[in-house]
Amino acid sequence: MAGTPSIEEVIEDFNVLKCMQCGVCSGSCPSGRQASLNVRRLVRKIGKDHTAISDETLWMCTTCYNCQERCPRGIAIVDAILAVRSIAAHEGLILERHRHVANLLQEHGHAVPIDDTHREKRMQLGLNSLPSTVHSHPDALKDVKRLLASCGFGEITGGEEQ
Amino acid sequence: MKISLFLGCLVPNRYPGIEKATGICLEYLGIDWKELEGASCCPAPGVFRSFDEPTWLALASRNITLSETDERDVLTICNGCYGSLADANLKLKNNSLLKEQTNSHLSQIGRHFDGTIDVRHIIEFLYSEIGVQKIKEKIVRPLDLKVAVHYGCHMLKPSSSRATDSVERPSVFDELVEALGCTSVDYPDKMECCGAGGGVRSALGETALAITEHKLGKIEEAGVDCIVEACPFCHMQFDAGQVSLAGKGREFGIPVIHYSQLLALSLGYSAEAVGIDLNEMDCSDFCNLLGK
Repeated sequence: MAGTPSIEEVIEDFNVLKCMQCGVCSGSCPSGRQASLNVRRLVRKIGKDHTAISDETLWMCTTCYNCQERCPRGIAIVDAILAVRSIAAHEGLILERHRHVANLLQEHGHAVPIDDTHREKRMQLGLNSLPSTVHSHPDALKDVKRLLASCGFGEITGGEEQ
Repeated sequence: MKISLFLGCLVPNRYPGIEKATGICLEYLGIDWKELEGASCCPAPGVFRSFDEPTWLALASRNITLSETDERDVLTICNGCYGSLADANLKLKNNSLLKEQTNSHLSQIGRHFDGTIDVRHIIEFLYSEIGVQKIKEKIVRPLDLKVAVHYGCHMLKPSSSRATDSVERPSVFDELVEALGCTSVDYPDKMECCGAGGGVRSALGETALAITEHKLGKIEEAGVDCIVEACPFCHMQFDAGQVSLAGKGREFGIPVIHYSQLLALSLGYSAEAVGIDLNEMDCSDFCNLLGK
């Protein structure tokens, strides 16, 4: 698929092999404190073999960038994690809830579309019941759908194109 | 300075009080602004950038080109929208191959990315375009509140693509909060994530909530009247997160307010006029405190 890096390119582009396993990343990780994500180990896995692609902790990163900012070797850790995620996604490894969010985007042009409760809240505030986004512009939504089709997004996420 | 306001998803569709408050503030400050009509999801950096970068760039660039047509910079009021649009804008400006690939998708809808505008975040925008002193002069009701300022992540990071004073100890947001008469109370782990980003809230809600509970615990110990952030995703994580945590027997009761709402309060607007009473958690004590 055009635009998707190989694991070798990720390793090269983000300097993954410069890692000296010091652990500053793990010590800086808010998710690692609470969940099983171990960034230091994940970086090693990315550098070593392909198992990082199917590692479930890959999706526990909140992309806060603490590790990337503090890495003494200047490794773009979060960028590398995002790139490995995209390899995983292209291999069909997408969490069900994420697939659902992708489908919402494809249907509404919003990852979080309006609902009746919040139309009501908008009107209570004196705003139009629908915002001036694609929600009020059907032609703009058509453009968004055309773009998503041009990128083959539905085939990647397994959702509906239209 | 002409800007177009990018609403994103969560502000108009979950916390419209922030949309209302932002309009009030921009008008009051005499800024030449209009809403970016027909915009879509930014698209959200954690989920969609993770799936497919070309799709992320194509959708982000469409939003940017809408504002290029208007010859206006894009103003974001969400760290996530800022992260997506500012990063995409920079990537496309600096990488001719990516720009060419993205423009080939955009040609399907008769649009073209030129790279003629910038993407701004409301905190950085107010600080550098209006300034702390001028905001101080504009307020009509100084707010005697103790505030836990939450910067969130993508306003400042990655620092390689942000113009920021400091990633570890920034002050711009605190200065803007204190300009309104508030006291910004320092607390441990102030610069930490709310827990929502990177698609963690949407798919692994319990992990996100554990991070939120940790941060709320630190804020609770600091003893504040409210949390002030500049991102509706952090807003939702702290607000709806407190409702979820209360369901597990962990009550915090700390109101969550976007900076636009705080600024509108200091301009004399009521809590109800900017939708603070429309948060998921009960903020009636806080609204009464302000009403005094």
